[in-house]
Formats: sequence, C-alpha cells, structure tokens
Amino acid sequence: MSKQTLTQSASRSVWRTIGYVILIVGSVISLIPFLWMLSCSFKDPAYIFSNPVQWIPKPWLWSNYAKAFERMPFALYTWNTMEITILSLIGQLISCSLVAFGFARMRFPGRDVLFIVLLSTMMLPAQVTMIPEFKIFAALGWYDTYLPLIVPSFMGAPFFIFLLRQYLMTIPREMDEAARIDGASTWQVYRHILLPQMKPALATVSIFAFMGSWNDFLGPLIFLDSPAKRTLALGLYAFQGQYAVDWNYLMAASTVVMLPLLIIFIIGQKYFIQGVVVSGVKG
Amino acid sequence: MRNETPISKMRRKEAIEGFLCISPWLIGLLFLTVGPVIFSFLISLTKWDMINSPQFVGLGNYATIIADDFRFRQSLRVTLIYAMVSVPLGLICSLALAMLLNMNLKGMRLFRAIFYIPAILPPIAVSMVWLMLFNAENGILNVLLGKLHIAPVPWLTSTEWALPSFILMSLWGVGGGMIIYLAGLQSVPTQLYESAEIDGAGSWSKFRHVTLPMISPTILFNLIMGIIGSFQVFASSFVMTQGGPAYSTLFYVLYLYQNAFMYLKMGYACALAWILFLVILALTLLMLKASKSWVYYESELRK
Repeated sequence: MSKQTLTQSASRSVWRTIGYVILIVGSVISLIPFLWMLSCSFKDPAYIFSNPVQWIPKPWLWSNYAKAFERMPFALYTWNTMEITILSLIGQLISCSLVAFGFARMRFPGRDVLFIVLLSTMMLPAQVTMIPEFKIFAALGWYDTYLPLIVPSFMGAPFFIFLLRQYLMTIPREMDEAARIDGASTWQVYRHILLPQMKPALATVSIFAFMGSWNDFLGPLIFLDSPAKRTLALGLYAFQGQYAVDWNYLMAASTVVMLPLLIIFIIGQKYFIQGVVVSGVKG
Repeated sequence: MRNETPISKMRRKEAIEGFLCISPWLIGLLFLTVGPVIFSFLISLTKWDMINSPQFVGLGNYATIIADDFRFRQSLRVTLIYAMVSVPLGLICSLALAMLLNMNLKGMRLFRAIFYIPAILPPIAVSMVWLMLFNAENGILNVLLGKLHIAPVPWLTSTEWALPSFILMSLWGVGGGMIIYLAGLQSVPTQLYESAEIDGAGSWSKFRHVTLPMISPTILFNLIMGIIGSFQVFASSFVMTQGGPAYSTLFYVLYLYQNAFMYLKMGYACALAWILFLVILALTLLMLKASKSWVYYESELRK
C-alpha cells in the first residue's frame, strides 16, 4: 500500500514537472509576439529584420512613439473610440439589464417564445443584416456619424441579455416580492433591488461590451468616411496603408492601441473569466 | 364597462410592464433583425449598386454563385479548410492547456492570463504584429527557424503557405477556448475521479472515461463557436493579404465584403450572406445531430 502511494506521488511530481515545462514553453511562445512588438516599437528600423535578432533595442528610441503620434492623431482617435465605446456601453447596460429583468421577473403572454426567439437570433450571422442596415442608416442620414455604431446598443445584445437573465434567475425572489408587498412599483424593484444585485454580471457585460466596441473594425470601416472621425482600429489600418514600411512606428501605434485593453484585462480579469464561464458552461 | 377582478387587472398591468421592459429589444428585433432579414432576402433577388434603382433578377444571383463563380467556390474552400484544420487543432491545444492549468500548479493565474490575453486584443493590431512576424525575408519567425536549421518559410507570400500561416496565427488565440474548458474541468466532481481510482483506473482511463464525457457539452459548445468564428474571419485577411496571393486566403466574409463595398454588388453580396447563413446552419445542425452519439448530459442519467 505505502509502496503504491510512493510510486503514485513520484509519478505525480514527474507529471507536475512536465506540466510546468509545457506551460513555460507555451507562455514563451505566447509572449514572443508581444515582446517582439514592444522591442520593435523602440528600435531603429535597421534592426527589425536583422539577423542575428536584436531583442533589446539599441539605441533605445522613445522617439518612435513621438513620431507615430505625429503621423497619426492618437488623441483624436482615442477620443473618438472612447466616445463610441462609452456611449454604446451605457446603452448596453441600460437596455440589457431592463430586458433581462423583463424576461426573468415579469409574467406576460408569449414570454418564453420570445426568449427562444432571442436565443435563436444569436445564430444569425451579422453579414445577413449588414447591407440592409447600411442602407437604412444611410437613408436616415447617419452615414459618417457614430450613430450606427451607438444606437443599436440601446436595443440590447442577445448574448448580454441572456447572460444577465441567467444571472437574475439565480437571485432569490424573496427580496423583490417583499418589496412588492410593501407597495414598490416595477420600476423601483428593478432600479433599487435587482440592479444593485446584478453588479457582478453587469461588470462582465461592461467588459465584453467595451471589448466589442474597442476592437470593432468592420463597423467603423463601413459606416465612417472622414479621416477626422476614425477610430483607433480604423486609424491603425489607415496608418499601415500610408506607412507600410515603417514597422517601428507601426509597432508603436499597435502597442498604444492594445494598451487600454491590457489595462482593463489586468483590472477586471475576474469578470472576464466569470463571463466566459457563464456563457460556456451553462450555455 | 368591463368588470375586472383585481387579480386580472394586476395581471394585465404586469403584462404591459413586462412588454415595456423588453421593448428596447423588441424594437431592435423589428428594425435591426426582422426588417433587415426580409430586406436582405429581397435585395438578394436583385441587381443593385445602391446608386441606381434595383433590378429584379429572381434567383439569378444564387444561380450565378453556385454555377459559375470561381471565387465563391475558392472562398468557401479556403474557409472550410481553415475551419477543418484550425478548429480541431485549437480544440486539442486549448483542452491540453486547460488540463495543465487544472493541475493546481503554482502561478496558475499568471499562466491563465498569459494564454488568455491574445484572445481579447484588437484583431487589427494583432494582424499588424503577425504581418511583421511573418515577413518572408528576415522576419523573426524565419530567423528563429534558421537557428533550428530549418529553411525560411515564404509564409504569406506563397499560395501554399498563406493559409497555414493564418491557421498558425489562430492557434495563438486558443486562450479563449482554454478558459471555457478550464471552467468545465473545474465543475467535474472530484468524487468521480476518486471512485475511478478505487476501481483501479490509470491517468489515461480517467481522462477517457471521466473527464471527456463530463466535459463533452463544453467541447460541443467550443466546436460550434469555433466553426461559426471561422466563418466570420475578416479583419486579419483584409489587412494582411487582401485575400491573396492568388485568392489563397480569400475568406468568405472578405469576399462578401468585396462584393458589397468594393464592387457595389449589393444583391450578389446579400445572396452570399444567405448562403453563408445556410452553410453555418447546416454545419451547426450536423454537429448537434452527430453530438448525440458522443455528448453526455448529466441530466440524462437522472431521467
């Protein structure tokens, strides 16, 4: 018996060591593109495609960032991207929480059928509705404005509604029923009882909505025209079109575009992972 | 005047308020989904450049696409190959990583973050970085391969290597799937492993007979999401290759985009979108049907 446990624990520690080796090798592979991007963003262009590889930039050129900032109006593009991202985030939070509340707590005819409709719209590829949407927004005079990128958020996204509704279903009804008996209106129940309790799920939604807007490329590409209205993603694309060979500046620009997401990930890691868990395991 | 009981009055009030609550989504459903879906189908029956008025052509667009559009067939082929290779490979890699992370090693949170981050970054910025890594002459990948005495690979510049390059790049994003598997693995009850050990099961048979069946719903989820995701590849091919060389990376949505916004063939593009929808739907239903033989749902036991 003891001999068996001994070999078992020995084999376990062998497995652990192998596990570490694979994880470390995997992490290095995973990090190389980042490190190389960072390294190139500080480099003299002569060393970007040099053999042997120069990992640590020499000379170290902070000026690459200054040059990239000169060529691409980062402040303006960041502001534009923030405007779209924050407004659509607000839209998603208000509409998705309200709709999820309706599906989770209110009784009305056709509710369950409508919920199935909601789930099945997730299956529809965005490309099917893309061209009519373009036409509709253009007819409304919204072409080359941020409205097509913001207004749909105020109508909720099926995935977020589903996520919040699932979360609401796990919150016991006692509190809101008690409030009802005390004469609270539907609005008060939503606003003062359930909304505060939904905070963790709303954090998850915020992070994914932020990521969706910040990373969106096709939307701005289709709906925006004037250079002054570009988002960061679109600006980066235009930058590459103009200065394709200046890899050091391009990498400096890419680093700046990635940075906000990295920061948000580090702050909100917990909510990122929570959201994925809900969607993947319970979905 | 109708005579209502207080109860039915309350019910009616609740129903009205319920509809008010979901009204943002209902309006969106009407104007951003149902309306555009019908509109899209109607457009697909026309020839339309968005400038002149549309001309009705019946199922002409569909007939042209299926009978004689080389680039449609090529884009479908590219996308299918990409899906068939990158999804299973990604599935194996992300499951393997998740199992390693599930061993409760020290630094698990750090590893998890390192693997997950590539999956959340702006695709456009990621594409820029890989464009540089893939440089055929002296890009860092070729320099590193050279150190292993492997001849330089022409990556994005050759018809043979361009699509494999995209598959390689997709593997960099396996962290997204990994997080989902990790959650699935952590929800497997430990008693199952303990009782398997009592029955004398080794590591492999525990994996084969406990882990795999228990996480099979998660595998199915990732499989379906992976296939759908493969059919949506756009930004990377748009930025890195524009579909080339010689259409070897002409992904489906890229071809659709080109038709709509470069050649202004809106009717044709809408028909392509509908075919895309049907292909995705067919693949999803096929996987759901096939899954009955290998996906295990715990609730089935309880019946």
